[in-house]
Amino acid sequence: MGQIKLNQVTKSFGDVQVIPPLDLTIEDGEFTVFVGPSGCGKSTLLRLIAGLEDITSGHIEIDGKDATNVPPAKRGLAMVFQSYALYPHMSVRKNIAFPMRMAGIDEAEQNRRIEGAAKALNLTDYLDRRPGQLSGGQRQRVAIGRAIVREPSAFLFDEPLSNLDAALRVGMRLEISELHKRLATTMIYVTHDQVEAMTMADKIVVLRAGFIEQVGTPLELYHNPRNEFVAGFIGSPKMNLIKGEEAQKHGAATIGIRPEHTDVSKTDGMWKGTVGVAEHLGSDTFIHVHDTGLDSGPGDMVTVRITGDIEAKHGDDIYLTPQLDKLHKFDAQGLRIG
Amino acid sequence: MATQHSRSAARIMMAPAVILLLGWMLVPLIMTLLFSFKKYLPMRGGDLGWVGFDNYVRFVSSSAFWPSVSATLIIVGGVLAITIVFGVLLAILLNQPMWGQGVVRILVIAPFFVMPTVSALVWKNMFMDPTNGLFAHLWKFFGAEPISWLSEASMPSIVMIVSWQWLPFATLILLTAIQSLDSEQLEAAEMDGAPPIKRFAFITLPHLSRAITIVLLIQTIFLLAIFAEIFVTTGGAFGTRTLTYLIFQRVLESQNVGLGSAGGVYAIILANIVAIFLMRIVGKNLDA
Ligand SMILES: Nc1ncnc2c1ncn2[C@@H]1O[C@H](COP(=O)(O)OP(=O)(O)O)[C@@H](O)[C@H]1O
Ligand SMILES: [Mg+2]
Repeated sequence: MGQIKLNQVTKSFGDVQVIPPLDLTIEDGEFTVFVGPSGCGKSTLLRLIAGLEDITSGHIEIDGKDATNVPPAKRGLAMVFQSYALYPHMSVRKNIAFPMRMAGIDEAEQNRRIEGAAKALNLTDYLDRRPGQLSGGQRQRVAIGRAIVREPSAFLFDEPLSNLDAALRVGMRLEISELHKRLATTMIYVTHDQVEAMTMADKIVVLRAGFIEQVGTPLELYHNPRNEFVAGFIGSPKMNLIKGEEAQKHGAATIGIRPEHTDVSKTDGMWKGTVGVAEHLGSDTFIHVHDTGLDSGPGDMVTVRITGDIEAKHGDDIYLTPQLDKLHKFDAQGLRIG
Repeated sequence: MATQHSRSAARIMMAPAVILLLGWMLVPLIMTLLFSFKKYLPMRGGDLGWVGFDNYVRFVSSSAFWPSVSATLIIVGGVLAITIVFGVLLAILLNQPMWGQGVVRILVIAPFFVMPTVSALVWKNMFMDPTNGLFAHLWKFFGAEPISWLSEASMPSIVMIVSWQWLPFATLILLTAIQSLDSEQLEAAEMDGAPPIKRFAFITLPHLSRAITIVLLIQTIFLLAIFAEIFVTTGGAFGTRTLTYLIFQRVLESQNVGLGSAGGVYAIILANIVAIFLMRIVGKNLDA
């Protein structure tokens, strides 16, 4: 069990409304990611669900029961904080045992669950260490272990990977995804990193300034972004958004084309530009093309992505042709057309 | 900076300060040691020659010695207990966002700026005076017989006065410590189902342990030597004669410098025992 329903929820700090009226349903067992730029209210929303902040108006339902005024401990949710929030003076074992100790679970059961969590999270050898003696990734796992043993109806993660280095982040991302597959418990995961959102989510909620811009599966957001903001936010490298004359040709205020949906040639094509920086990743290459004459932001730059490699030096002329069936069109308000 | 040359230059530069400080410390210490082995009665014959360990034996075997040690320890212990318990409570209180926080903080710290002599006099005359003191009026208001604090409850009175002086110090140190507590830890504990009392016991208190040890150590060093508060209030009567006060009486009232010096050496030993004991605890607490 772990369905969470927000009904016309708002949150203000003093006079500032951080979350305007918001409706959202998170289904049982779903991995939902809240994604959006920093300061858009993701953490606030998560803390409202956790009960760490009081909502200003509206209702929160957990498992079909009104939880609006239920204290955090009674909501049956477990949270993993960005700073891990481990208890520094307790050993790893005691950290993981803490919620069970507070719940008055008997010692034998506590130990059984600790052993289980430690094994699942590769912490068996570290149970007697203090958090200060662990690496970032290990601390992260302890924080997750502390959440697991409570057997909550949903997990809440607030940017859990942002303090880790890139390589570890990829590893932990997989571990959390696997954990979700194994436990099949509802998880809400907050991040500003759209790659994390795309790779982990069953359902992505894109937020901007407290508003929900779009809710959908990763591929829905990728293929059918509801507006310009989502189009620019989801996908890496970012979608090229082109305004002006070129857009009008397609009957739109703005057209968007993803870097991977543009064909590149050295001889002919629809748009001509000069090669700027080419980033060679081996499997594919990102080319930043300048001076295209298209109204696509500073320097009229367009990014393209090609599979494999291409002989392109800085300053070379290059021709681009967008795949017209993959073109996204937006009106003057930034909303999708068609 | 760390070349041979700069190091020796640094040494020469620092020498005056080091020598001054060393002299400051060593001269009185050596004088005390010297006098403690002499029979020295300034008003009754002056220097009467070496007497070996006589003074030490006499100081300890005097009937006033052990009571003075216990009085010292009771005052130190009592003040430490009160300042730390109330210091923690006040620190938690002052850490809450509230209206007029700045002013309240200054008010709480204010007693620290009052000189011990002055504060003891204020307490003695304004609060504890059996006929005119505020406490006497309060007692009378409730129909009770006023207590003559400094004679009937001399020890608690002195502990109270000294605690009042040292509470701001404890509060200040503990407040800065509490401000460094990561609020996410408290929130995590809250979500883990810990009620406020348990959050305090399992999260806040362990976080404060280091600051508490520091308060303990620093206060002990100063409290072992309190003098003005006793001099001004009870004058050492009614069981409030601490070791420091006993030494003062031996030297100035009985005019027995030798005996007083021997007492001084005992005081140094006592202070060091306490210091070593505390250092052990602090050491354990500080490297965690
Ligand atoms: N306790 C608070 N008091 C006042 N404003 C806050 C508080 N917490 C967050 N905010 C504001 O709410 C907005 C959203 O913050 P937050 O939810 O932390 O964003 P995110 O997690 O998406 O980066 C920010 O503009 C922030 O300044
Ligand atoms: Mg945040």
